[in-house]
Amino acid sequence: MKFILKIIFIAALSYAVELFLPWWSVVLSAFLIGILIPTSGFNSFLSGFLGVGLLWLIFSIAIYNRSDGILATRIAAIFQLNQPVLLVVVSSIIGGVVGGMGALTGSQFFRLFTKEEKKSLYN
Amino acid sequence: MKVAKFIISFFFTFILTLALSLQFGQVPPIGKFFDPFKGFMRNATGKELDFDPIENLPGLKNQVLIAHDSLLIPHIFAENDYDLYYAQGYITAVHRLWQMEFQTHAAAGRISELFGGDYLNYDRFQRRKGMVYGARNTLKEALKNDTLKNVLQAYTDGVNAYISTLSYPEFPVEYKLMNYSPEPWTPLKSALMFEMLQENLNGSDMDLENSNLLALLKKDRFDFLYPDRLPNSQPVIPTGTQWNFKPVPIDTPAITFRQEEMVSASDLPAPDPDNGSNNWVVAGSKTKSGNPILANDPHLNFNFPCIWFVNQLNAPEINVLGGSVPGIPGVFIGFNDSIAWGLTNAPRDARDWYQISFTDEDRSEYLYDDKRLKTQTVVEHFKIKGSADVADTIVLTHYGPVVYDRNFPTSENKKRLTNFALRWIGHDPSSSMLSSYKVNRAHNYNEFMEGLQYFDSPAQNVAFAAASGDIAMRVQGKFPAKWKGQGKFLMDGSNSDFDWQKIIPNNQNAQVLNPEKGFLSSANQIPVDSAYPYYVYDFNYEHFRYKRINQRLSELGNKITPQDMMTLQNDAYNLRAAESLPVMMDSLDFSALSAEESDAFDLLRKWNFNNDVNLAAPTLYETWWSNLYNLIWDEFADKSWPLYYPSVANTIYIMKNYPGDSCFDQTSTTAKEYLSDLLLASFKNTYKELEEWKTTRNEDYKWGSYRGVYIQHLARLKPFSRYDIAVNGGKNIVAANKENHGQSWKMVVALGDNVNAWGIYPGGQSGNPGSYYYDNMVDDWAKGVHYPLLFMKSRSGDRERLIFSQTLQPR
Repeated sequence: MKFILKIIFIAALSYAVELFLPWWSVVLSAFLIGILIPTSGFNSFLSGFLGVGLLWLIFSIAIYNRSDGILATRIAAIFQLNQPVLLVVVSSIIGGVVGGMGALTGSQFFRLFTKEEKKSLYN
Repeated sequence: MKVAKFIISFFFTFILTLALSLQFGQVPPIGKFFDPFKGFMRNATGKELDFDPIENLPGLKNQVLIAHDSLLIPHIFAENDYDLYYAQGYITAVHRLWQMEFQTHAAAGRISELFGGDYLNYDRFQRRKGMVYGARNTLKEALKNDTLKNVLQAYTDGVNAYISTLSYPEFPVEYKLMNYSPEPWTPLKSALMFEMLQENLNGSDMDLENSNLLALLKKDRFDFLYPDRLPNSQPVIPTGTQWNFKPVPIDTPAITFRQEEMVSASDLPAPDPDNGSNNWVVAGSKTKSGNPILANDPHLNFNFPCIWFVNQLNAPEINVLGGSVPGIPGVFIGFNDSIAWGLTNAPRDARDWYQISFTDEDRSEYLYDDKRLKTQTVVEHFKIKGSADVADTIVLTHYGPVVYDRNFPTSENKKRLTNFALRWIGHDPSSSMLSSYKVNRAHNYNEFMEGLQYFDSPAQNVAFAAASGDIAMRVQGKFPAKWKGQGKFLMDGSNSDFDWQKIIPNNQNAQVLNPEKGFLSSANQIPVDSAYPYYVYDFNYEHFRYKRINQRLSELGNKITPQDMMTLQNDAYNLRAAESLPVMMDSLDFSALSAEESDAFDLLRKWNFNNDVNLAAPTLYETWWSNLYNLIWDEFADKSWPLYYPSVANTIYIMKNYPGDSCFDQTSTTAKEYLSDLLLASFKNTYKELEEWKTTRNEDYKWGSYRGVYIQHLARLKPFSRYDIAVNGGKNIVAANKENHGQSWKMVVALGDNVNAWGIYPGGQSGNPGSYYYDNMVDDWAKGVHYPLLFMKSRSGDRERLIFSQTLQPR
């Protein structure tokens, strides 16, 4: 539940800041949510990956459909991809990776301020 | 441990984000570019129009309405001149900003700024030819005229109003791909765009080539192969027109051009020699409606975005619709409710080269008769993407800039002592933009001609029709009055005898009004007959299209409809083939052909001479012709000196009348060849070549697929271009469509109580590759369709054909 909430929060905040700030604001969003909703390392990366990645994917698909893929087809050819769908996928992966890294860094930042539970040798 | 983990992932995230924000080589910043909110996806508009119904803009005086019709043609309704041209600048930028800036960068020699050092020589050539120099001269003169100053400023303000609303997400996609930003528009940029038109249409000559040919051939043979005038020409201004004026006297010096040494400058790009056009007008006496009809189709390079942007301009005293060139205010080719006009290029040698004799190493002075004249020196600076700036020193003489010298195009020129200065009419201040302003507002013949007199360059054959019934054709431009032969060859810059003396007075330019035959046409042929009292020369007069047009216009009788004119614009009858193929077939030795070759030959025998896309015969003929032409002129194929082949028309003339001429003898063999030998060899080569093409492509060599017309994006981005478009026609044909060049705007206007017009061009009104309107007219254009154009009489009319209306409001 916490994981799903985290994905939704990352996607929502990313969407909000994207309207005003440059593209790298999604990294900041994932980072912030990573601090506010800390989870374990891999879990954290995945939440950022899905949060930003799905946001970019859905948004790209919506534009793609609305515009009949005219531009995606042409840009795909410039990057020597023969399928415009690949372009949509590539763009979401890029968003996903930076989002994931942002969230992971956020979680690790949070952890700097928590005490590590010391494992006792006696129990 | 956890500190290390944080530092590592923080560092990695930071580097990754940074890397995705930077450009590497040709690859744009990936993160920025792929972000669907602000990157390229933002430009994917499809059929939608990405602008607001109300836009508040600074500087406007009153409200302006811009209504877009279903072709995305904007109809602009303003209450004063300033607002009108402001809105034209604004809406042109909305659709074509990247193109406007790119083309003015190209004109100004600034392409290296975008693409790097590979384009430095192109850029230097632009500056050395005096593109910026000419544009500045034009602008200086333009700003002295209050009307034009207001127009240029308004247009500039409009473009800049649009630019100032943009940030990265709204940039045209080319800026995102190449990762740069638009800079503010200036009136100089409009002048540069105009300079580019002049260069395109009046930027070629064969002076050095002619000098070399004279050296090789000597005078008699040169005149035979490269005559000034071909037999049976029908000039633009019909033969027999009376010249009722006294020509200005010029001194003809006692000079015989004699060329001993070969000269060379370089092989640098020149405009396409087929840059030209068709236009014609028919009088009411020949039309079904009793009103005149005008047709025009300029032949230019096929590019995305197209050189034409169609728009309607409506304000007090003006209601005009037609093709504009993005970056230049006003309408260039078009009509209003009273008149219509169309342009074709009027080639006449207005570019001459002078060999300069500097007196010293500094090049501060040069010889001119017994005097020494001072030069001026200009240092031009070039920014280059990815490397340090470069400077180039250009020396100016009273003729113009020394284009080729010890530093250009390479330091090889040091050895040759090449110092060639260019005298070009395009360097002079031009008032053509003022002419556009006046012509757009003309209501009748007199007003039109009053406005047209300001049109000086690039010289045009102007077809005119008025609703009142007048039709006219005028060869309009600023032409130097030359003595016979002047400027045909490289000239001696130290001898004042070679200098231009006078300009032909405007009222002595050739013209005809309301001829008895009821029609007039032009297609870049020789302008006048030999009775015209001035010397007229160009290396490149066309000799087939006008004949076909005149023939059809005579045949069509006196019930001509606009539909007939559209059909004539699409006419693919190959008159060159009709004139040359019978000679070629008659002299070919059939017995030497194989069975398969004979089958191919049969295709030609049955051909109706139409270059239709679904026929194989045109491919066969065109390939045979081109192989034959190259064989005949093998003696001029030497690439080490600038040379060119005799014209196609003269080649056919020699084939018909001088079959034993020495030009048919091959220089590479000891045996003596005749025309028949060349015909056989070239036919066999053609057959082999086309069979190979068939095998490689695995399809029949039909004209449409063989020739493959294409439309290239201005930055040569293949995915933004269109290839393999099947369209009828070809070189020397009325439908003058060759590979990357042809009918760039087809317009037919039927005048009358209500004006009706049709038009189409190979492209779309939007310059955005993400828009449906980027190339929406291409397929219909290829099929020969003409769209009815919406001409609005008032802002409230014809609402049903509009798709979007925008109001511009003063902020």
